[in-house]
Amino acid sequence: MTTTATAGPLLTATGVTMRFGGLTAVRTVDLTVGPHEIVGLIGPNGAGKTTFFNCLTGLYTPTEGTVTYQGTTLPPKPHLVTQAGIARTFQNIRLFPNMTVLENVLVGRHTRTKEGLFSALLRGPAFRRAERASEERAMELLAFTDLTPKRDHLARNLPYGEQRKLEIARALASDPGLLLLDEPTAGMNPQETRTTETLVRAIRDRGTAVLVIEHDMRFIFNLCDRVAVLVQGEKLVEGTPETVQADERVIAAYLGTPFEGAPGQEEIAEVEAAETAAENHHDAEGDHR
Amino acid sequence: MTGTHHPTPPHGPLPLPTTGARILLLTGATLTIASTFLAWTWTTRFPGNLTVTGYPGGLQTITLAGAALTLLHALAGHGIRGLRWLTPAGPTAPTLLTALGTFAATWYTLAAIALDLGGLANLEPGGYIAAAASLLTLAAALALPPDRPYDDHNGTRPPTPWRLLRHSFTAGHTPPAKPLPTWAETLIIAAAFALGLFLFSYGIDTEYGELFVGYLILTGLTLAALGRSGLTTRLSNLTAKHRNTTLTAAFVAAACFPLTQTNDAYTNLATSILIFATVALGLNVVVGLAGLLDLGYVAFLGVGAYAAALVSGSPESAIGVHFPFWAAILTGIAASLVFGVLIGAPTLRLRGDYLAIVTLGFGEIFRITMLNLNGKTGPDITNGAMGIPNIPELNILGFDFGKTHDILGTPIGRFGNYYLLMLLATIVVVLVFRRATESRIGRAWIAIREDETAATAMGINAFRLKLLAFALGAALAGLAGTIQAHVITTATPDQYQFAGTVPPNSAFLLAAVILGGMGTITGPIVGAALLYLIPSKMDFMQDYQLLLFGLALILLMRFRPEGLVADRRKQLEFHEDTAPTGNVPLTKAEA
Repeated sequence: MTTTATAGPLLTATGVTMRFGGLTAVRTVDLTVGPHEIVGLIGPNGAGKTTFFNCLTGLYTPTEGTVTYQGTTLPPKPHLVTQAGIARTFQNIRLFPNMTVLENVLVGRHTRTKEGLFSALLRGPAFRRAERASEERAMELLAFTDLTPKRDHLARNLPYGEQRKLEIARALASDPGLLLLDEPTAGMNPQETRTTETLVRAIRDRGTAVLVIEHDMRFIFNLCDRVAVLVQGEKLVEGTPETVQADERVIAAYLGTPFEGAPGQEEIAEVEAAETAAENHHDAEGDHR
Repeated sequence: MTGTHHPTPPHGPLPLPTTGARILLLTGATLTIASTFLAWTWTTRFPGNLTVTGYPGGLQTITLAGAALTLLHALAGHGIRGLRWLTPAGPTAPTLLTALGTFAATWYTLAAIALDLGGLANLEPGGYIAAAASLLTLAAALALPPDRPYDDHNGTRPPTPWRLLRHSFTAGHTPPAKPLPTWAETLIIAAAFALGLFLFSYGIDTEYGELFVGYLILTGLTLAALGRSGLTTRLSNLTAKHRNTTLTAAFVAAACFPLTQTNDAYTNLATSILIFATVALGLNVVVGLAGLLDLGYVAFLGVGAYAAALVSGSPESAIGVHFPFWAAILTGIAASLVFGVLIGAPTLRLRGDYLAIVTLGFGEIFRITMLNLNGKTGPDITNGAMGIPNIPELNILGFDFGKTHDILGTPIGRFGNYYLLMLLATIVVVLVFRRATESRIGRAWIAIREDETAATAMGINAFRLKLLAFALGAALAGLAGTIQAHVITTATPDQYQFAGTVPPNSAFLLAAVILGGMGTITGPIVGAALLYLIPSKMDFMQDYQLLLFGLALILLMRFRPEGLVADRRKQLEFHEDTAPTGNVPLTKAEA
């Protein structure tokens, strides 16, 4: 499964640390993504996956460490990161709800077009050409994500799964070399998840590397060439799906064997006791009525 | 026509058989028409002379027009050939609304007579007939079967009278229109704008407040009726199809306005409305597109006006230069642009409420600075509270704007000249707004308004684009300001306040945009016209003006949050339950 990159890595994160006051959300994480690679990033809730993502995309400035893309250090500004060639989607879908599907994708073309206000006001032939080219590209991406029939619908009116796909189409519109997907299958049924899997593979086959955060183990292990596990802000292991799946520490982190302050038996028992108590209380209330 | 669970009544909130209701309706409307030919009062002390038997006068013409419209819609409801085009979405709601308009205008007239002259004794029998007939018409309209069968939501919402009443006002479905040849569609658009011009000049020319109120009641409800009958939808489909024709027709109609006027005072009023509307449209770039709440926008109008006044050659100007008009306009635009960038650069990093507060502050700072640059508290530049008076008349290529010229045999006075000049500026602003909206820049603005974080993740430099919107808005206001200075020949600080009773001020500008409809072109123009006309026509309620204004805004935000002219996006946003969402695509033309 592993495709070893012959050229240098596309994305290199070295010693990325992110602190919020006293809390260290991400601690000295190294990660590389090579060209034509699908890399997965997994970890329990609160492990710092999204924070790490935000450090990569310039939404946060990492407290320590650097992120380079194709050898150049990325500036900590989201729009410059996108311009450099990294596009992303969001964990909780962030489309432009009152724009049409086509307009959403056209906004994604923003960095790859240059027409300014004056050319928009004068409407010269160059402007028309650029608008037409943008629209063609956008329509091509809508076809790629099976959204063509929905081009004139408002984004807010799309069903959930299609909103996810539209977000991917919008991200692809900036012609990225690397696509970051933040939980692309959250809230999807197994069938939709499989469609997403195919879609992500197709994206890779178009020449875009993918870094994906996900909870769904099966999805990650089916899809990724390489998987990194983040636990409590630190990278625990990294390797092929087989290696990671077999790693005891990963199993421990996920299945709840006490691990560096992860909820232990006592806590679990406590929670269960509280739950039972609450249920009993509820039943008692029901009897009164 | 019956529901599945609850048998839905085949009538409106009043339980009458349909045939009876229809007969009553026709009788009522005809009687109302007849009553306008009778005398309603005995004395000419009530304005408009309602004492003559034989022809309608003053407010009676409003009742006459309303009753005639009701009759037309009622006949269309009978399925009379040649009238069916009037109500493609069903006749009941429009009939009801026109009947309501007639009723309200008539009863308002009678109440005004009784109040003005001191007692009901001043009404003649004709007045009582009108009151009874219009009430009868309204009652009959309330018994008509609704355009859409009542939906009881599987029995959870049984048809109570109140629900039935509200339901009677809902529109049916508008079937798509048969395509007509292009010339016919162009003709329809032209006719619509001619009608619009007639309505607008009628409203401006109303000589006394009572007539204007009557006009407003009937026009408002008739326009609502047109919305329910499906004609508005059809017309907007046509205008969306022929956008350039529409724009041309709109400006030809607007340019014809001075030709319809004989009184320079009314042309002056129209010029002020146009200035106000243009500035509101400029503000719409900032608020409606980019979503930046600017509460000090009028300052940019002031900067333009002051810049133009300083270089106008006014003897009171501190700089004794006299620029030609094109240079003065450029100076005004450039000054506003610079001021816009200077204010925008430090403030646009703020979001939402913070930006609003800071712009509010800057707007006031501008006014107070102008007040203080008077030679005593600061350098003598603006002449303080006295302002810069005696701005000379414009003279472009030998065309003196101060003199009366004959165009097509009609004399066009001073204000007519400036009205036409201002109209050119409005065209520029409309074109800029439209073209900017439909471009990469406009899409980026809307994206920022929708979700700034997502927009930056798409590679949009939010700060730069917001600054661009701010600067463009400022430049457009500066353009309007240069002309405004010449129209009113004086630039004084107190014209450019945050709030006041006379538009344009920042609060009224924002109100015009929100009232009219954010993000649209027609919206701010309609909003500005209403906000300017209503206070200037109804001087008898001067003391309560701001109170009523606030009340109107609250009611509007409760019942029509998308504004009078709804952007189709907004309509979907606020009325998701009623709008046929989901399956109905939003075409680019409609957006």
